[in-house]
Amino acid sequence: MTVKLCETEFSPYAEVDAYQRQTLRERAGEFGATSIFVGTMRDLNLGDKVTQMTLEYYPGMTERRLGQIVDEAQSQWNLLDVFVIHRVGAIKPNDTIVLVAVWTRHRDEAFAACRYIIEQLKHTAPFWKKETIKDGERWVEDNNSQRFQPQIVT
Amino acid sequence: MTIRVRYFASLREKMGRIEDTLVAEDIATVSDVWRVVSTGQPLPEQLLCAVNMEYAKAMDPVKDGDEVAFFPPVTGGME
Repeated sequence: MTVKLCETEFSPYAEVDAYQRQTLRERAGEFGATSIFVGTMRDLNLGDKVTQMTLEYYPGMTERRLGQIVDEAQSQWNLLDVFVIHRVGAIKPNDTIVLVAVWTRHRDEAFAACRYIIEQLKHTAPFWKKETIKDGERWVEDNNSQRFQPQIVT
Repeated sequence: MTIRVRYFASLREKMGRIEDTLVAEDIATVSDVWRVVSTGQPLPEQLLCAVNMEYAKAMDPVKDGDEVAFFPPVTGGME
């Protein structure tokens, strides 16, 4: 299980390929399903052209929360491995923001765990977006459809 | 007791600082910490808080040496 924050652009497909070749080498033959979610920065939000975004985070807590989310998924499904990368800092449109990759024996648990991890990440991991638009900068921080309450489901 | 208080994102900008070091004796809960750093304001309902990097509630206790953080709702994403 690997979680990392990344300040520079990365290729999610190259990362998954390298991770599977290296970290999962000894488990080759065990996994039958890999589910991958890739989140990419769009250049339009709330009707405005967005030229850049800065992702602020809480060093220490963000990594800890991401690790907890992976542990929560691990306790619900039989996961062979999980690899999460999240960008922080300055991000341009079309950059990958987040990668979630899950390796399991069968597809049902790969899809379910991948979905769980990305949804929990979106709603509970401390990240805050500041967008650069034509008229200046703005925080985007109120778009959770259900306000998060700090009871973490395990 | 001494509490390190940290602020993030738009709250950090509103506060005009990234953190405070609180030295006080009459602090028992997260809510008390907010009252001191905000000079008497009630804790806004939408603000999230953490104690030692774990999500916490307004009435959760704090102790000497704790790190308390306040921040706006996390960014989330469109459904």
